[in-house]
Formats: sequence, structure tokens, C-alpha cells
Amino acid sequence: MIRILLITSVITSVQGLSACTTVQPWEKDLLARPSMALVPDENENFLDEHIYFSKEASSGGQGVGGGGCGCN
Amino acid sequence: MQLRNSPGASDVCSHTDHSDNPNKLSIKSKLSMATCALLQAGAPTAQAESGEWDVDTAFLYYSEDARISVFEPVIRAEKEIDEGEFVKFKLVYDALTGSTPYGAAPSPSAQTITNPSGNSTYSVAPGELPLNNSFKDTRVAFSGDWTIPLDRLKQITLGANISTEYDFNSIGVSANYAQDSHDKNRTYTVGLGVSAETWDPVGGKNTELAYMIDPEGSTPQPKGGSDTKSNFDVMFGLIQVINRSTIMQFNLGHSTSSGYLTDPYRYISIIGTDGLPLSGADLVNAGGPDAFPYIYEKRPDSRARNTFFWRTAHHLTEDVINVSYRYFTDDWGINSHTLDFRYRYELGGSHYLQPRLRYYTQSEADFYINSLTATQASNVEFASADYRLRELVTTTIGLKYGVGIGKNSEFTVRAELMNQTYTITDPNLEANNLELAPDLDAVIIQLGYHFFW
Repeated sequence: MIRILLITSVITSVQGLSACTTVQPWEKDLLARPSMALVPDENENFLDEHIYFSKEASSGGQGVGGGGCGCN
Repeated sequence: MQLRNSPGASDVCSHTDHSDNPNKLSIKSKLSMATCALLQAGAPTAQAESGEWDVDTAFLYYSEDARISVFEPVIRAEKEIDEGEFVKFKLVYDALTGSTPYGAAPSPSAQTITNPSGNSTYSVAPGELPLNNSFKDTRVAFSGDWTIPLDRLKQITLGANISTEYDFNSIGVSANYAQDSHDKNRTYTVGLGVSAETWDPVGGKNTELAYMIDPEGSTPQPKGGSDTKSNFDVMFGLIQVINRSTIMQFNLGHSTSSGYLTDPYRYISIIGTDGLPLSGADLVNAGGPDAFPYIYEKRPDSRARNTFFWRTAHHLTEDVINVSYRYFTDDWGINSHTLDFRYRYELGGSHYLQPRLRYYTQSEADFYINSLTATQASNVEFASADYRLRELVTTTIGLKYGVGIGKNSEFTVRAELMNQTYTITDPNLEANNLELAPDLDAVIIQLGYHFFW
């Protein structure tokens, strides 16, 4: 069931990309706000990844590189 | 590592016109420049001026209920050293203390367990979940990134990182390439990372699947020295501006690890037919003289992981929704789903509140086991009782408050509650009113201060 949902969401998302609006540079006022950054707080993101890396069996997904840890 | 620019962010003001004659700028370009001037004048948060350091500091306090506590300050500093060329450094210090389960099951009788050093023992009262209370470590990590623009649309970021703790060292390098589409509404990314890590366990590496030995006896514990592992990561990404108020990111990642992937300190209880730890002649027959009823774990020497990651930021009238989902699967049998949701609620006057919900669920590793019989222990290929390899659910709820201070700085504080539950059962332990997997509860507090210098 979860796989079906995942595949459906991916297909829907990819279809959604083809329907993207062309946003002109002068229309990017909202997108340019710091609060709209994909990662608005890098330190929070880094610390969260460290916490959950040490408490769960999954990691990664957001990027490559970063420091290793003997905690897991 | 994170991308420096996304199509919707700072690229908004990097639009250039390729006309040879500056007096013949297109209407589109003039509009763009005028808009950028307006945007910069009214930007809600200041950005670093040329030559300024963008400094972000944070202090994390993480505390589990009656278990581990962590203090972790972080400082990140970033500077534009030339047009489009950036350097970034990050320094992290970690201090951990407290107690944590190392894999032993509870028993109706008192238990004696050898410390990780192999030189002493500690006792566990009847009915209690064994916790190693000598857990203490400090870690220092340093990383640096250098972003180099290749042309108007392309950039590469080279990174290096090193971390060291008492018994573990890691060193790694990475390279990330990013290319924007001509309208800068889409960015393609490719990242590569490699790292080498070394375990140098306290008292030497315990031989995998060997019985734990009483240090007060005459039998030596089978030991090795240090050991190594290596990691390789590759990631393909796409960032897409969907419309004026929505941006979306997709990543596909593949990672492999090889070498010594066992946790050198963790072990598994050896039980009899009654489901309780072996003792007496049965234990001597199974593990030899001076053996305690535990064997050290063993994991496969390779692991391949795949991830799919999706994130969207959407601007409402004033507020912002940031939501992400990750699907993770590996060849150890672990599949997981992570959903992370944040809602930034603008209070006005540069104050905001941000509720957050994170939900995570994973399946158990193929070789996870609550405990082993002596016969199983002598035949098993891989086995671990590490609670992090169980089927589990982690739920985190929290709230963050942020306020801009003056033109150039921001203070944030977040408080979160984390709960981890495990779905495993052990009928033999339950028949004796013993709890193998009590919930784990933790508090997360983070203070942050961001400024330009």
C-alpha cells in the first residue's frame, strides 16, 4: 500500500512539474525571502540529522558529505 | 551539505542581459533590476554585504529520560570571497554522558555484565533493563566548503570534513555540481562523497559472536585491535520553481558502506529454553569457563542504501509551509518513511512561531534478534540486538520562536519532545513481567543566534 502511495505521489509530482508556471525574475519576491529557503535553518537541519542518525537506522537523502560519527 | 542557491532564492537578482550595449537593456531586464532594488530595500532579513561573514551559531541540549544527555554547540561561518565564490566553515563540539542499552535483555535474576573496557563489571538489578552507565564521549568535527562559479548558470562546491572522538575518527571529501536552467527556475544537481572511518574501541575490538568473558576469571576475552570502514555517496537532485509561491526539491541518493560495520560494544543475551539468560553448567557448556550469557554482535560487512527525498516550501499570504518526505531502503531489510512538517506563523514585527511535527517509521533489520539460544549463537551468521535496528516509530512535536534583532541578527529557540516506540514482543519476558523495549522519551532544546560580522 505504501509503495503504491509512493509511486502515485512521484508520478503526480513529476506530472506537476510539467505544469509549472514560468516565474519571471521580478516575480520572485516571495521565493527570495529567507523563510522560503528549502532549508531555512542550516544548523537546525544539521543537528536534527545528527540526532536521528544516532537513534534510527536510516540517514541521508538531503545531500552528500558531512562528518561521520561513531554513534551509529 | 546543502545547496548554496536554489532557483527561487538569491538567483532572483542575478538576471543579466547579454546585450552588448548597456543602453539597450531589454524592458524585461530593466524590470528585473528595478524589482531587485525594491526587493533588497524591503527584504525581511538582511543579507551579508560583500566582505562580511555570515555567522550562524547554535547550542543544542538533548536529554533522554534517565539515559543520555548531549551538549552540542555549533558555529558556521560563511563569506563571499569573490563574485559568486563562497567559503564556508563549520565547527561542532559534542559532549555525551549517561547510560544506554547495549542489547542485553532484562532478567528476573540479577545480571553481571563486563564494561566496554573489558576490565571491570557492573550489576543490573532483577527486572531492570540493562543499561551501560559508563557511556561518555566527546567529539569534535570540522568541515569546510568552497563554492566556485563556473559560469552564470553552473557552480561546483568542494567540501572536506574531519571528525574525531575517543574511539572513532572520520575523514571525508565531497563534490557537488549544480546547473541552473536559463530562466533560473530549475536547478539540476549531482553530488559525490567519499569517507573513511576508523574504530579504535576502548580495550580493543571484541571478536564478533564471541562470548562475553568475566574479567575476574582466568580466561582472556578474544580481542582485536582497530578496524576501518568506508562510505561512498552519490546523489542526483532537481529543484524546481513551481509558481510564484512554491518551490520543490527532489533527490535520489545511493550510498554504500563496506568494512567493519558492527558496533564494537553491543551484545546479545543468550537464553535457555525458558527464555531467560543461561546460567550454571548450561552456560559453562555453551560459552566455556568464565563466560557471561552474552555474545558480541556481528553485522554484514557491506550495506547499500537508497533514498528518495522530496521537499516543498510554499508561501501563503504571510506564513510559510515547509514539508518533506523521505523514503529509505537498504539491503539489511530496513525500509523507512519520514515525514517532516513545519508551519511558520508570522506574528508580525519580525517575530514568528513555528510548530513542527516529524513522524518516522522503520521496519526491522533482517538480522535483528531480541536474544539467542546457545545453539542459535553457534550457528548464526549475523545478529544484533541494537534497539535502533528494531521495527520502531519516532514522533517529534515541537515549537520554535524566532525574532529579528536590529537589522542584522536573529535569535531563535526551539523546544521539542521526541518519543520512540518499538513494536517487538517477547512472550517469555512478558510472562515474567519484564519489559524488553520501554518507550524512549527525549527533550530537544536549541538556541540559535545568527548575525553578520
